Amino acid sequence: MDALVAQLQMQFRDYTISLYQQGFLDDQFTELKKLQDDASPDFVAEVLSLFFEDCVKLIGNMARALDQKGTVDFNQVGASVHQLKGSSSSVGAKRVKGLCVSFKEFCEAKNYEGCVRCLQQVDIEYKTLQTKLQDMFNLEKQIIEAGGRVPQVDIN
Amino acid sequence: MARDGGVSCLRRSEIMSVGMESAPLDLDEVHVLAVDDSLVDRIVIERLLRITSCKVTAVDSGWRALEFLGLDNEKASAKFDESSNFREVPVVIMSSENVLTRIDRCLEEGAEDFLLKPVKLADVKRLRNYLTRDVKLSNGNKRKLPEVSDSVHASLPPPSPPLTLSPDSSDSSPPLSPVEIFSSPLSSPIDDEDDDVLTSSSPESLTTPEESPIRRQKMRSPGLD
Repeated sequence: MDALVAQLQMQFRDYTISLYQQGFLDDQFTELKKLQDDASPDFVAEVLSLFFEDCVKLIGNMARALDQKGTVDFNQVGASVHQLKGSSSSVGAKRVKGLCVSFKEFCEAKNYEGCVRCLQQVDIEYKTLQTKLQDMFNLEKQIIEAGGRVPQVDIN
Repeated sequence: MARDGGVSCLRRSEIMSVGMESAPLDLDEVHVLAVDDSLVDRIVIERLLRITSCKVTAVDSGWRALEFLGLDNEKASAKFDESSNFREVPVVIMSSENVLTRIDRCLEEGAEDFLLKPVKLADVKRLRNYLTRDVKLSNGNKRKLPEVSDSVHASLPPPSPPLTLSPDSSDSSPPLSPVEIFSSPLSSPIDDEDDDVLTSSSPESLTTPEESPIRRQKMRSPGLD
């Protein structure tokens, strides 16, 4: 049992570190983990789940706004991008946030192609993050089921 | 138009005076009204505050904040300036916009502090620390709290009745010019991006909360728990 736990813990550690190194997560994700404890063991997962729901909603808004060919309201697109930028920043979704920065610039420049490209990228990016985090949460679950504790991962 | 989330701290007596039901609170408990239109941010700030032992009410707009405080009707607005209940309640602005002139403006208009998003645990702890310290200073019956300097003691005037609130509106759209955010009075409740009338304060910029003369002036409410 201990060997299994140790192995899972190592996998978890390596995986988590890779997510930071590849730029999927930043510092703010670490901050969220600080808010999780035995009393609220699923806090991070819950917040991220809300974030992903937000992504679906906001990306939907952006897509609809961009769909008005010829009469695209870039302010409207920009407003949703701004919101997504905010929430991605709050959860440490680094790549999503980075894309929102570029996206916002395209909105301000009223660059239709740029916006459409960003929309596609942001859609891919949040889904990728969602999958990666799911894998990470699954590892956590396996560790606990094997009787171990999820280790604190020191990113630095 | 950019709208910022805001955090207002209510002391128990202020809440009671508005006629709201409240379960018996620990005397030292701070009640924070957090305003942010982003659900994700609301959840995060709520958790941050709870972890630092604050009671939290999170609402999604400035309008709801007024509703919560019972300041959303004609009658309340009319009494707003006379009522001293909320005037001393500290208002903290949260925003992702790191524009110094805007931050300064927030502080000049009476905000207690400015938290740059994304908000971290250390930010909220810092907030909590100086709020608690002021609580102790305003009412000698409270439990002893750490890190109260004598100079701060000496500079405080005697406690006065709790005064009016200045909640901040929450927002998510592209940036407003500072004038639009801060110049509108509470008397136009239709536009919930308006800030309430903020008490005037010295135009000094805030360096750190611990050193702010603005903050020391404002933290006078005796009802602070």
